[in-house]
Amino acid sequence: MEKPKMALYWCASCGGCEEAVVDLAEKILDVINLVDIVFWPVAVDFKIDDVEKLPDGSIVASLINGGVRLSEHEHVVKLLRRKSKIVVAYGACSSWGGIPGLANLYDKEEILKYVYGDAPSVDNPGGVRPREKHVEEVELELPSFLPRLLPLDVVIDVDYYIPGCPPTPEVTWKALEILLSGNLPPKGSVLGASDRALCYECPLNNTKPDKILLKDIKRPHQVIVDPEKCLLTQELICLGPVTRGGCGALCIKAAMPCTGCFGSLDEVIDYGGKAVSYFASILDYYTEEDVERILDRLPDPMGVFYRYTLPASRLRGKIKTTMR
Amino acid sequence: MKYPPNFLVIKVMCSGRVDPQFILEAFRRGADGVMVAGCHPGDCHYIEGNYKTLRRMTLLKRMLREFGIEEERFRLEWISASEAEKFVRVANEMYEKIKALGPLRIEEV
Repeated sequence: MEKPKMALYWCASCGGCEEAVVDLAEKILDVINLVDIVFWPVAVDFKIDDVEKLPDGSIVASLINGGVRLSEHEHVVKLLRRKSKIVVAYGACSSWGGIPGLANLYDKEEILKYVYGDAPSVDNPGGVRPREKHVEEVELELPSFLPRLLPLDVVIDVDYYIPGCPPTPEVTWKALEILLSGNLPPKGSVLGASDRALCYECPLNNTKPDKILLKDIKRPHQVIVDPEKCLLTQELICLGPVTRGGCGALCIKAAMPCTGCFGSLDEVIDYGGKAVSYFASILDYYTEEDVERILDRLPDPMGVFYRYTLPASRLRGKIKTTMR
Repeated sequence: MKYPPNFLVIKVMCSGRVDPQFILEAFRRGADGVMVAGCHPGDCHYIEGNYKTLRRMTLLKRMLREFGIEEERFRLEWISASEAEKFVRVANEMYEKIKALGPLRIEEV
């Protein structure tokens, strides 16, 4: 019997999600026994052309990581959508934009100007910028840089989400088992993770007092962390209370606070907004001046509260208005 | 004593019920400005609801700046139930400022 076909693809991502799949270790052999991988640019030598030749809907599931930032990403994900029964957004970037999504605080020109000019490590006296077309004996084309980074579900219809930066091997395996079982949950479900906040599975949960009020905000490098005590009570910004669990509290076990890579719980429409709601409310200050002073200890609130979700936020990034 | 007819009032039990998500959603859906009005600090029926509002909105204000939303489009005010005059004055003031700025038409990219 022919094995079901599976495809994996990366868009704007760091490669960590690819590592995460490989991190299945010997289980990857089980995956290979169960499915035929027909496209996986990082590991298998099939070309886009080979995908185009497959009949529509012939791939059982495509796992796509990374946000959509280049015209090439847009082209390939639309192709995979057409060829696949199920499309899964794999990892934080694909689901909500991830860290590369923070670039949505700047427009295309600002980004190119910095990356090819102003960045301190750049030496580019000719001011060379990538061009979409280059003719020198032969004509070469480069993909174009889109005005914004988009989460996968803004570009194509997405069936399921696997969260994490990157998803852990346990989450990936659980999700694959669900996908291959044929017993599929409702469309839009998050696969392999928990439905409750990280605090529920946090090993430090029992050290959390009934009420937490913070006098100061500290960053991990400014404090010697007591690994046995709720990190929030140590004045570190831990986003566990507003973040989906299922990761096994890996960061916390390594004495690092949760930065929110499993994204929001169901019903939350804007992760950063919810995180602000929770975190600000426990600051132990009662006048505007005092609150302003403590917030000066938090130099990059966008990077903290929208670290993985800016392109999926209500405003998607720095807004463009038709007025300006 | 009149406040602008396009000043839409949404009543909640406490300003502490106003999740920052609601404000972001309001801008997304086309509000040109959002004002959160709560009872004066120290006057909270729920003891500390408005202190939470103060902290949340102060942080949100900093973030709205980074989203590119002009400062005049968001305002936090303490107005008690008996301060109709203040409500009207603040609403009119905000209306004038936003009118000068023009509508906030967010482009979908």
